Amino acid sequence: MPLYHTDDQAMLAETASQFMAEEGAISKQLRHWRDRDCTDGFGHALWKQMAEMGFTGLLVPEADGGLGMGHVEAGIVLEEIGRNLTPSPFLTSSVLAATALQAGSNDLKGRWLPGLIAGDSVFAVAVDEGAKHRPERIRTRAEKSGNGFRLSGQKDFVVQGASADVLVVAARTSGADEDADGITLFAVPKDAANMSHQPVRLVDSSMATHTKFDGVELDGDAVIGEVDGGREVLERMLMAGRVGAAAEGVGVARGAMDMTVGYLKQRKQFGKLIGEFQALQHRAAHLYSEVEIARAAVIKAAQLLDAGSENADLMASVAKAKVAKTARLAVQEGVQMHGGIGMTDEYDIGLYMKRDRALQEFLGDQYYHANRVAELSGY
Amino acid sequence: MAGATQELEQFRAETRSWLEANCPAEMREPVRDEDDVYWGGRNAVFKSEAQRQWFEACRDKGYTVPAWPKEYGGAGLTPPQAKVLREEMARIGARPPLSSFGIWMLGPALLKFGTEQQKLRFLNEIARGEIRWCQGYSEPGSGSDLVSLQTYGEDRGDHWVVNGQKIWTSYADKADWIFCLVRTDKANKYQGITFMLYDMASPGVTTKPILLISGNSPFCETFFDDVKVPKSYGEGIPAQVGEVNRGWDVAKYLLGHEREMISGADGGERTAAIGAAMKRGAGELDPLLRAELAQFDVDALAYACMGEKFLDEVKVGKAHPAQPSMMKYAGTELNKRRYELMMAAGGSRALEWYSEETGGGKTARGWLRTKANSIEGGTSEVMLNVVAKRILDLPGA
Repeated sequence: MPLYHTDDQAMLAETASQFMAEEGAISKQLRHWRDRDCTDGFGHALWKQMAEMGFTGLLVPEADGGLGMGHVEAGIVLEEIGRNLTPSPFLTSSVLAATALQAGSNDLKGRWLPGLIAGDSVFAVAVDEGAKHRPERIRTRAEKSGNGFRLSGQKDFVVQGASADVLVVAARTSGADEDADGITLFAVPKDAANMSHQPVRLVDSSMATHTKFDGVELDGDAVIGEVDGGREVLERMLMAGRVGAAAEGVGVARGAMDMTVGYLKQRKQFGKLIGEFQALQHRAAHLYSEVEIARAAVIKAAQLLDAGSENADLMASVAKAKVAKTARLAVQEGVQMHGGIGMTDEYDIGLYMKRDRALQEFLGDQYYHANRVAELSGY
Repeated sequence: MAGATQELEQFRAETRSWLEANCPAEMREPVRDEDDVYWGGRNAVFKSEAQRQWFEACRDKGYTVPAWPKEYGGAGLTPPQAKVLREEMARIGARPPLSSFGIWMLGPALLKFGTEQQKLRFLNEIARGEIRWCQGYSEPGSGSDLVSLQTYGEDRGDHWVVNGQKIWTSYADKADWIFCLVRTDKANKYQGITFMLYDMASPGVTTKPILLISGNSPFCETFFDDVKVPKSYGEGIPAQVGEVNRGWDVAKYLLGHEREMISGADGGERTAAIGAAMKRGAGELDPLLRAELAQFDVDALAYACMGEKFLDEVKVGKAHPAQPSMMKYAGTELNKRRYELMMAAGGSRALEWYSEETGGGKTARGWLRTKANSIEGGTSEVMLNVVAKRILDLPGA
């Protein structure tokens, strides 16, 4: 398969690009909701519009009412989300939760997927425990209780946790904290008793929660997939999420780069355009090179994921780590080359820096994933 | 689509059994020394019987230049077929049957700019390994600013008389013919250069190898003193490629090719991860070295994707014309990093210059050789200039 977009994918990219630039623009979404101190951190009307565009159910199989597309297509939408810093529950709902729910029973899918596809429901994933992404160690416990389970523990960095209708929770049903086995995924509805959220606004003005489960009673049918056999579903969900986050990160990097290169062509100092200075030209050209490479890695990872390749896991980590390095370079060069106004809230370049920081951390930063590349390679 | 896939799979099966029958076991061993690969030419000798067999089998099948048309000595493979052949050769570790600047550089230039008669003669000679070519580009005073070159060809009616000096001429001392940039109009900088072809055995041509920091001498100084170059080698075979005074167009096209080649976009050693191999060699890695190797592997594996994407895009004309400059920059900087890490992981063993255990200082010499990667074919700084101006459209000179 050639490593560029097919004609259909190029068409989707154009549609998504136009939609995000118009409806998902920074002034219309990110700044709008931030300046109103919106506690959801995004606009539900846009989420509904994304459903009308067919984006929400993009990864859901046609048999379940979705479009049955792949991770390359999801990545296309996410890249445009990244470029426009469009706040939405797309990554957590339409990529992470949608991937996990595919392992669920027909009953479970019938209960939750229509709301996702319609843009009526929002999904969050509760995996992290503590300030760093360490999904190898899961301490939150779900004890057998009657026909169901009793969930206890705490999850952190639950993005969209407070506005979510459903939380996909990774919990331990047997074994010790570090065991690979003994994990079960649950779809926990927002009205579950004994669940409490501490919402926190993050640096990029998105919303996350510290979520406490204090003996949350769950029916057996809240289980996604097999009891004790959730590790595989968790891995699949994380892989999809990492490739998705990497695609969004490429969008952030490209958005910051485009804005910065544009600025180099209009800002004058010492009587000339600053883009004429070779010191800046070389840094911009280096950045371009890195962004191109990162983007190729993301498309490759998505293709491998769609093909069910055994290399997908390694490439997902390569892509996440490469994008993390690249997007960080893009936003840092962006702020520096904008000079003083790069430090102002009025200019958008700083918003890219903040979004990048949050995205870096989500589902593992560059150090986590570079280390994972080493481990998967055998050193 | 299904039919095309099926045909390609059939081609793969045929290729596999052909390679099985024709590629000697010895030719599936990794290339250790330069002469492990046959370079052809008037004075060439085969290092072994297996090398001769492998070369002749490929030559007769058109596989020394598989994608060239059959009438020029190739096999006329389509790009997907050529990719299958590459993959199948890589699968068994087959060495290239023939290496040469004729294949990599002059060939593509002739295919694009040559006359029919030029192609029939020179391409067949290249494909059959009969003539070994070298490239006369750089001069002592014209490195990054190549277009300022001074080697001059004076028009004497039916021939040119060439005087001047070239430098960094790869294997000029072993070459039979040269493709050479010669100024033929001193008043016109860009449109005063001719892309000339002539015999290195002509009176007045001398070469002198340059000893490099790697201890090897792949490059020469090449001197031309009143070298007589006939304007024609026969009906329809002028001595220049393209028109007289329009050689810069050919040179620029070839530089794109050269950059693509040096970038290592086509995979292989240049794009591989190295951490696991370094661990096997060293037994144990210092944690910070392991971390650097991991960061390197991320960059290398991502660059491999870029190489694949770039070549796929080139095939269908989707790549930006200046993208080879970006690839060359990224690929060569990566390769220098690779060898720095190989030296670090190799420790004192990697310092050995002659020992048998190191294949005669392979790592150390390779490390020093990579330093030229970001200089030859256009420096990293020039590549960044090209990207800044032609891709990012930044203002200024």
